[in-house]
Amino acid sequence: MAKTIDQKQNFLKGIVKENPVFVMLLGMCPTLGVTSSAFNGLGMGVATLFVLLMSNTVVSLVKARIPGKVRIPAFIIIIASFVTIVEMVLEAYVPFLYEQLGIFIPLIVVNCLILGRAEAFASKNDLKSSVLDALGMGLGFVIALTALGAVREILGNGSLFDLKFVSEDANTFILFILPPGAFIALAYLAVLFNKLTVKTI
Amino acid sequence: MDYIIILIAAVFVNNIVLSQFLGICPFLGVSNKVSTSIGMSGAVLFVMTIATTVTYLLHNYILIPAGLDYLRTITFILVIAALVQMVEIILKKVSPPLYQALGVFLPLITTNCAVLGVAILALGLENGSLLKAVFFAFSNSIGFGLALIIFASIREYLELANIPEGLKGVPINLLVAGLLSLAFLGFTGLV
Repeated sequence: MAKTIDQKQNFLKGIVKENPVFVMLLGMCPTLGVTSSAFNGLGMGVATLFVLLMSNTVVSLVKARIPGKVRIPAFIIIIASFVTIVEMVLEAYVPFLYEQLGIFIPLIVVNCLILGRAEAFASKNDLKSSVLDALGMGLGFVIALTALGAVREILGNGSLFDLKFVSEDANTFILFILPPGAFIALAYLAVLFNKLTVKTI
Repeated sequence: MDYIIILIAAVFVNNIVLSQFLGICPFLGVSNKVSTSIGMSGAVLFVMTIATTVTYLLHNYILIPAGLDYLRTITFILVIAALVQMVEIILKKVSPPLYQALGVFLPLITTNCAVLGVAILALGLENGSLLKAVFFAFSNSIGFGLALIIFASIREYLELANIPEGLKGVPINLLVAGLLSLAFLGFTGLV
């Protein structure tokens, strides 16, 4: 019984207590760079979730065979392979998203979240915990990116997932679509997140 | 003239940190003191310029002729990681004072997305040549340094400021970065 509670905690910590974006500040570049709309945020989040899940799985499986001294380069190669897969799949099947995310797709390799989880968690724990850890952290990342993308799209463009709910010529806060808006929106979302989590704990 | 435009565009108009969001981790992480931010900028200048030179040659003379374009991401990140190690070893031997100043920052640079990002962006330059790619990397590292040092200077003042409880820590830093980015937005249309 105690084991199952442990796994549940393990899964949930990535979403709330150790949320990669709002609490740990990992993977900030894609967080700020691609979230000009909710759809882009979601796409980036799912791509990262996939890479994180696969890399955690593989690292957890081969951890005993990797010599300690070369583990970081080994992890990077594992991650880079899956990023290449994502890059090719997106280019072939979702070219629209591939164009929107642009340079941030190859940059998933250097997302500190993925290498961080490989090093800090998957290289020390069994397969089941590593998969749950990746799912939790990945979902936390997806939620954060989609929320930030939604806030920026609503304020900056008056739409959500490309559904416009203000008239065409209405004035919106274009600032939030532009780069400064990313920083400002994330700042206030972090305040809100801290406020909410402090209350629930 | 081309080169002046590249420089101005990279430093002010499309600042790598404030408008392209590359290298945010070191931007937020090592910017609490001006002295450390200068060290980091120096290390980035060094590594980014060398890394782009090597990756540009590798891409155009090995990967493309061999039809291995899809291996770009893997080879680039490996080259950068190996290069950082090499720079560290060489600096330690050749110039101990420089190693003292930059040493701590070098390992951090491997996961600095600005280095990989610029290496990839440099491939897509118009009428690209090796010299242009290297100059592009150099300009971008200047832009990175400028943003980092300005941000660190502001953060040193923030330590003394009276900040509302909820904004303390991360949020206020993000807000400052946002305002800085807003200021840089003013350069739009300059080139």
